[in-house]
Amino acid sequence: MSEPWEEEGPGTIKKFMYVNRKAPYGTIYALESLEVVLIAAAFEQDVSMVFLDDGVYQLKKGQETQGIGMKNFSPTYRALEGYDVEKLYVEAESLAERGLSEDDLLVPVEVMGREALTELMEEQDVILSF
Amino acid sequence: MKYGILVNEGPYQHQASDTAYQFAKAALDKGHEVFRVFFYHDGVNNGTRFGVPPQDDRNITTRWTEMAEQHGVDMVICIAAAQRRGLLDEGEAKRQGKDGDNIAPGFRISGLGQLIEAGIQCDRLVVFGD
Repeated sequence: MSEPWEEEGPGTIKKFMYVNRKAPYGTIYALESLEVVLIAAAFEQDVSMVFLDDGVYQLKKGQETQGIGMKNFSPTYRALEGYDVEKLYVEAESLAERGLSEDDLLVPVEVMGREALTELMEEQDVILSF
Repeated sequence: MKYGILVNEGPYQHQASDTAYQFAKAALDKGHEVFRVFFYHDGVNNGTRFGVPPQDDRNITTRWTEMAEQHGVDMVICIAAAQRRGLLDEGEAKRQGKDGDNIAPGFRISGLGQLIEAGIQCDRLVVFGD
């Protein structure tokens, strides 16, 4: 049985951007956003992920969640490359405001200023913000 | 215009689900197509038929059901988010060995692929939530 989206046939490739703005724990937004990205990888769209505001904490190295009794899902970000999700952007201002630098992050990313990020967003077809 | 709508917040606790409804209704009234409303995060709770708001208040779930019935709008609840939060349709209740189901008429449970499909097929995918 074919999935509903397969009936469309090949052809439509849109630019999908997933914007992550929330800290990894405390709310479920980050985890459920990651689930969307992993499912979306099967659709072979042009995918990028942006981390800004407290969302930059999602990529922080050395997450240790035992104390709060939650699953540490941060290793999944390292697996994204295997799903062909390779375009990760982090907003420079958000990093700086939180006293973080690129060295604090657990995956390679492109750090980008707010203005350049705005331009990148302008180019997208679909922006999902979590 | 062909719209997809993503609702990321639960009913009654956040304006997002009300605003999403008002937006969808306004779009339909103007002759646009609402291809699908996708409920994610706590947004899945929009689709429980067990909600009993006070009589002088709006019934958010009933409103969505009426929209689905009157305009043929596809109302999809994310299965992963729904399972975490105790929303089950009949088939899923049986599979999970639960003694009841609680999805309101007009809603259906499906996967995140339905969200991505809406992003691909619609002219605009509009996100409601924090």
